[in-house]
Order: sequence, then structure tokens, then C-alpha cells
Amino acid sequence: MSDLNKLTLSAARDGLRAKEFTSVELTESCLSAIEGAGVLNAFVHNTPEIAREQAKAADAKLAAGDAPAMCGLPIGIKDLFATKGVPTQAASAILEGFKPEYESTITSKLFDAGSVMLGKLNMDEFAMGSSNETSTYGNAINPWRRGNEDSELTPGGSSGGSAAAVAADLCLAATGTDTGGSIRQPAAFTGIVGIKPTYGRCSRWGVVAFASSLDQAGPMTKSVRDAAIMLETMCGHDMKDSTSADLPVPNFEALLTGDIKGKKIGIPKEYRIDGIPDEISKLWDDGAAMLKDAGAEIVDISLPHTKYALPTYYVIAPAEASSNLARYDGVRYGHRATLAEGEGINEMYEKTRAEGFGHEVQRRVMVGTYVLSAGYYDAYYNKARKVRTLIKKDFEDAFAAGVDAILTPATPSPAFGLGEVSDSDPIQMYLNDVFTVTVNLAGLPGISVPAGLSATGLPLGLQLIGKPWEEGDLLNIAHSLESSAGFVSKPEKWW
Amino acid sequence: MSIDIDTARRVAKLARIRVEEDALPALADEFNAVLGFIEQLSEVDVDGVEPMTSVTPQRLKRRKDGVTDGNMQEKILSNAPDAREGFFAVPKVVE
Repeated sequence: MSDLNKLTLSAARDGLRAKEFTSVELTESCLSAIEGAGVLNAFVHNTPEIAREQAKAADAKLAAGDAPAMCGLPIGIKDLFATKGVPTQAASAILEGFKPEYESTITSKLFDAGSVMLGKLNMDEFAMGSSNETSTYGNAINPWRRGNEDSELTPGGSSGGSAAAVAADLCLAATGTDTGGSIRQPAAFTGIVGIKPTYGRCSRWGVVAFASSLDQAGPMTKSVRDAAIMLETMCGHDMKDSTSADLPVPNFEALLTGDIKGKKIGIPKEYRIDGIPDEISKLWDDGAAMLKDAGAEIVDISLPHTKYALPTYYVIAPAEASSNLARYDGVRYGHRATLAEGEGINEMYEKTRAEGFGHEVQRRVMVGTYVLSAGYYDAYYNKARKVRTLIKKDFEDAFAAGVDAILTPATPSPAFGLGEVSDSDPIQMYLNDVFTVTVNLAGLPGISVPAGLSATGLPLGLQLIGKPWEEGDLLNIAHSLESSAGFVSKPEKWW
Repeated sequence: MSIDIDTARRVAKLARIRVEEDALPALADEFNAVLGFIEQLSEVDVDGVEPMTSVTPQRLKRRKDGVTDGNMQEKILSNAPDAREGFFAVPKVVE
């Protein structure tokens, strides 16, 4: 059987259990796809030995009829997850050579469930970026192209390598993380599904920290069903992360009934922003019509503090980053600068961090340092935390009024060209997250579902936002939207 | 609020990131662009609003205050750029 790498998680799971093929065959198929896709720069550390060993073990379990949920399914892991004995750099030069002595909780859970790790995936440095252009490994390339053009497009960011790898069928699924939209925006740019669960659903232990009050991991997959399968494996309480929720994890896949009759779907008027392309507005309207046809009730809602979400985020995220990234000082791990005669420990810190951090990371660490510094803490940081309370309350009010989920566009544009958004204009890049960042600030689950193509032939996504801890309901609504939208396009292979 | 070169230098120092003198003006400009964007927050009336401390209203888990881990000196030092005799080694701190 050829092209096993193109299977979804659910199809591969069923095929493995029906003994149509083995995990070793499935894994070899992905490994050769990865080998042939070097130009996409999606995988940055390959682990074929680990993959083959895990695949063999999975086949043994399958043969014994003792297969856990993800048994034998080959996936890619974002470079932000600590993987024991395997380079883990958060796409930063400052972690060059770092090989963790421990396994992140999420990857442990995935491996316990039988997953096969193909390697580590490209991303923006420390997950700071929306185009994967801040990576020390160089750009990841979107397998999608505009029509017949051969210009290189971004797969989005920060989980750009994950998105490119899943869209190009290099792996069946991948892990991502999302601090302001880093799962949902790249998913939308590459025509795949990405879900960020409720803050606290997935343990952050062993995930390199960017902004701890916003960071959440989630799966990036080829279908909503796959998202349900993989998310269930990733969720659960962990004593090692005090913010992880001690709540039962539902069987998300069993909740995909497709029945959304009577569900109330909110359409927030504040998301109809100036300058949004007509094709995105139309996609949004079409999505609402599809949900209505499926039996949902569409209601207009207001989330009045939406316009303050990005500025709030760009205080809180850099503030937390400046604190989290203080640990990279050249003492315990990673890069240490070479010192000149007579230079002491302060020079070591300053030179190490100047050499090890890229431009955007330095900028955010310094903005964070500034907003937390004496005299500005109240004006910026505390102010932003208060506005965050108001942003969350907007959603609470909508849910209290009976709304079950909220439908918005996932991104304000399709994938853009690499180098098209200038590094010297950070704000323009930040605007990519205008529809996604509110969800992180409010701690809510959000999912991006591919729903159509742009005039230039690029995928476009819609976002559904759910109530806290209601990922099951959210996935079911997303499943309905996915079925109605019938998005089946794949990028034409040019690599 | 405008960030001048002195403030940019001070922030870089606080963040322990070396920024060369000739790079400071551009850095100050970038700070001003970001802070100008953040400035919108001053429009929001936050009277009587509590600053958010936790996005999910949950009591943090507690456990007995006891040792649950340890005895892994080698593992902890394995990634150090310079480790000697069971310690992290750094340039001389005290004269």
C-alpha cells in the first residue's frame, strides 16, 4: 500500500487495527516523505531511529491486541517540547546543543499512548512570531503556493513547521503550542485543523515557557476527528504543573455526533474589522449559513473590548517572556559567549543573551522589561491585566446569554509571502493574531477549521471559540462545520 | 510617552542584553512603535476592575511540603557550558 503518509490519524488507526498495514510500514512512508521534503524545512531534528523502534514496539502491541489510543501513529513534535535525549532548542541559538534529561508531560502521554516520534519541528524562536521567520533554523516553507506562482509563502507561526509538515503529509499529525494564535493561524494558512484547548487542559511541564498565563499546547491534524483523538491523549491533570486542571477528560471522539440542532452560535460584530478582505468576510458569512443549515441558531453578539486585545497581549506576553527567558544566562544550559580578558559575569550574561537571542526575542524581552520596570508597572502591566479581566468578561457575558460557541475568521488574510511583512514594523506582524489572541487572554478553547480557498488558491480558515472546558461541544460544532464546508483541497506537490 | 536613547540603554542593561551604542536609536524607535500601539489601553475605563491573576478560577493544587525528587546532580549538570567538580562554573563574581 502506497502513500500511507497521507492517511488521517483515524484512518491509520483503523487500518493498523484491521492489519491492513503495520506501523513500521506507515512510519517508513512518513520517513521517506520527510526525506523528500527537505526544502520545506519543516523537520529540523529527525529521529528515525526512535521512530523505527517505537513503530516496532507499537506493532507488537497491535499484534497482541493491546493497542492504546495512538498506537503506531507517526507524529511530529514542535521543537518547544522537551524530548529526552533529543535536541530541544525552541528554535533558538541560545539553546544550541541542549538535550533534555527529561520528557515533557505531553510527549510522555503521547508516547504512552503508542505514538511514534518522527522528529522535531521548526517554529518561531521561543514561539515568538507569526510567520516562522524568527527561527534559528531558517524559514519553514508553506507547501501551498499562490496559483502557478513559485514564490515561497509562510506556513504561519509560531507552529509553522508543524503546520507545513501536516499539510505536506510528512506526518499524520503534530503537536503545536498557542500563546496568541500559534496553533490556529498556521493551521488556517495550511488548510489543516488546529485546536488550542482551555487554559489548564494540557500540562505545560516540559514545554519551553514563553508567556505562562497564555501558553497552551494542542494538536494540529488533518481532520476534526483527528484533533479529538489526539487532544484526548494530550489532556489531563499533572502534579508538575500547578495550573493544570484536575478535571475528567471526556472521550472527545465519541462526542462527534454531528448534531448541532439548537446550538446558539454568536457572531461578534467587533470582528468585522476595517480592511479585512471581502473573501474572508464572505467565508465567515458562508460558515454561519452552514451552521444555520445544520440546525444552529445564529445570533449577533458584542465583545466590546476586542480592539484592546492585541495591545493587552503585547504588554502581558512580553512581560511574562522577560521573566521566563531570564533563565537563559549561559550558566546552566545552552550557549555561553566567549569572554575577553577581564570580562566578568555581567558581560557573560549580556554577551550570551545578545548572541543567543534573535532580534524579535530581544525586542520582546526588552519591551517586557520596560513594562515591568519601576514607575511603569502600574501604567502598563497592571493596566493590561485589568483590561484582560474585561476581555474575559465580554466572553462570560456572551456565554451567560446562552451562546454555545462563537464563529469568527481565523486570520485576516491567507498565507503571505516570506519577507513580505517587514521586520522593522512589528505591529503589522502582530495584527495576524487579531482574531485569535482574545481567546488566549480569556483562557478559552478555540479551533481553526479549513473552510475554503482564497481567489489565489490558498486555504482559509474559520475559528470557533467555545466555553471553558467544553472542548467536546466545540469539536462537535467544528465537525459539523467541517462536513458542511467539505474542504478537501491539498497543496499540489512541487517539493 | 517617548523612549529616548538613554532609556533604551537602561532597558537593555536591565534585560542583560548587550546592545551596541550605534544600535540604540533604532531600538528606541522600535520601542516607541510598540509602546505607541500599547498606548490605546489608556482609553479603557478600568475603575473598580481587578487585575487578572488567574485566567481559570481554580484553587491551585496543594501537596505535602516534602522532597519528591532529587539525587540527579549529573543530569542537572549535563547541559552546562562549564561544569567542574559537581558545580556550575562561572567567571569570578567576587573580587
